[in-house]
Amino acid sequence: MTEARKKRITHGLMAAWSGSIIVFLYLPILCVVLASFSRQRYFRFPVPAFDTKWYDRAFSSLTVRDLVSTSLSIALLVALISVILAFFGALAFARFDWRGRRIYQRLVLLPIFFPQAVLGLALLIWFSSVGIIPDWRTAVIAHLVWIVPIVTLVISIQAYSFDPALEEAAFDLGATRWQTLKEVTLPVLWPGVVSGGLFAFLLSWGNFPLSLFTTGADQTVPEWLYAKMVSGYTPLVPTLGALTTSGAALVLILGYGSWMLLRRRKSQRASP
Amino acid sequence: MTAATESTLSDSTRPAPRPQRRLRNPGLLAALPVLIFLALAFAAPLLAVLGYSFMPEGTFDFTFPPTIENYHTVFSGSYYISFVKSLGLALVTVALLMVICWPIAYGMAKIFGRWANLMTLAIVIPLFVSENIRLFGWVLFLIKGGVLLGSLQTWLGIEAESILYDVPAIVLGLVYVYLPFTLFPMVLGISMVSREVTEAAFDMGASRWQVFREVELPLAMPGILIGGLLTFILSLGSLAESKILGGQAVIMIADEIETAFTFGQNWPLGSALSVLLILFSGTLVITLLNWVDLDRILGRGRDD
Repeated sequence: MTEARKKRITHGLMAAWSGSIIVFLYLPILCVVLASFSRQRYFRFPVPAFDTKWYDRAFSSLTVRDLVSTSLSIALLVALISVILAFFGALAFARFDWRGRRIYQRLVLLPIFFPQAVLGLALLIWFSSVGIIPDWRTAVIAHLVWIVPIVTLVISIQAYSFDPALEEAAFDLGATRWQTLKEVTLPVLWPGVVSGGLFAFLLSWGNFPLSLFTTGADQTVPEWLYAKMVSGYTPLVPTLGALTTSGAALVLILGYGSWMLLRRRKSQRASP
Repeated sequence: MTAATESTLSDSTRPAPRPQRRLRNPGLLAALPVLIFLALAFAAPLLAVLGYSFMPEGTFDFTFPPTIENYHTVFSGSYYISFVKSLGLALVTVALLMVICWPIAYGMAKIFGRWANLMTLAIVIPLFVSENIRLFGWVLFLIKGGVLLGSLQTWLGIEAESILYDVPAIVLGLVYVYLPFTLFPMVLGISMVSREVTEAAFDMGASRWQVFREVELPLAMPGILIGGLLTFILSLGSLAESKILGGQAVIMIADEIETAFTFGQNWPLGSALSVLLILFSGTLVITLLNWVDLDRILGRGRDD
């Protein structure tokens, strides 16, 4: 067998393996979608009869409306706050050379390398020690502990490719610190900021272990789904599961789409 | 004209130096918001846990004289069983994921070219679907009469037992959930292996296996270790996989901690268990992070 042929076969095998892993990743999500269209109360395969009645029920349910609005409020706040904190955090991580940077980089990563359920419980007893009664706002704080470091990493990767000479040039041309930040640094890091915000929103939207212990009397969609999976199963579980999944996909597609549109418009403006 | 007058002259023609144009330590200033936030919402809660772990059983504030009875309870009880089981499951998960991910990571870093971006997207998207929805999907797939067994029975006439609610199902869940956490750092690691180095090794007569063992593996090691450790720590402290897919087959250590805090209403005991778990995983994490060069992995040392 020739070298080239051997190589082709190996590459083909690798591609096939990668493809089957992607199928593996989507398989359970497809099962949830399938179950959400089943008419029966309990899922059976092959599905005897399809129906969309559980969707009608989900859309008219007040509980579902409450759950979605709680999850949405948390995710939006988390995205907003984490992007602001992480923007500066990433400058300190990747852009500036300063004495404490090495330690700082490692400190910031610690919350990512931490079991989330334990973090949620630690926050719960911390809140109660200082006399804060948990509700959805404390869940925002809990999500931020885990998500700010992730967004910092995402923006940092962008910031590594940032040429400090750009900022220096702006300074030398007489720009103030604030002008430099707004006119030079932010536009350069903008892709990282957008994807960081998107990450933050989606990770918060789907988070379960942190919410479980920190939302108090309020409930997010993943928490409700878990409670119903464990006891008191209703066919609304796959339905709401499929709905939140398509919600996340929609946000992702809209975010990506508007980003591409923006970039195209910008490049058109740059080269008329 | 003397040198002194010359310098005063030229100074007056220049714009006056603007004071404080460059801050003394912009890095620290930029880091401050994140650091303050993490001090209040990450370090402080951990200190609270540490404090509670020394309080008498069943208390809910810090006003009692410290005691080590909780640690005594932990070490004399059967908690080590949960710990060892969680440890075993985490190790199996990491080992399986290393083998599963290597060909994919290698392909994404070196071979697939433009397709690698698309693959990244395809692997990231499921991460945004809540973990327990995806695990529930596995229940639907594996349960008796579900997608797998239902189709086996209907189309092939095979009756089989479900693997659900036992150890293999938990391992499946862990491998499934943490695959991207192993994969992406591994891709970063492998992209640090430069093509020239492997080609040089081949030119000098190394076999494929030798190149893998002596060149690619050591050079990609930082990324591999970061991914492996991340997966290990997260599986060690996982909760949902064993609860949703495992029934009561295995009580994970995170399960014990949760029970102590919630049903047991014994915060000091839960805290003592948490402290031990945190000490164990924290030592590993800090050792590893100290060893790797983050700047190189994340941005500055990227090849091709």
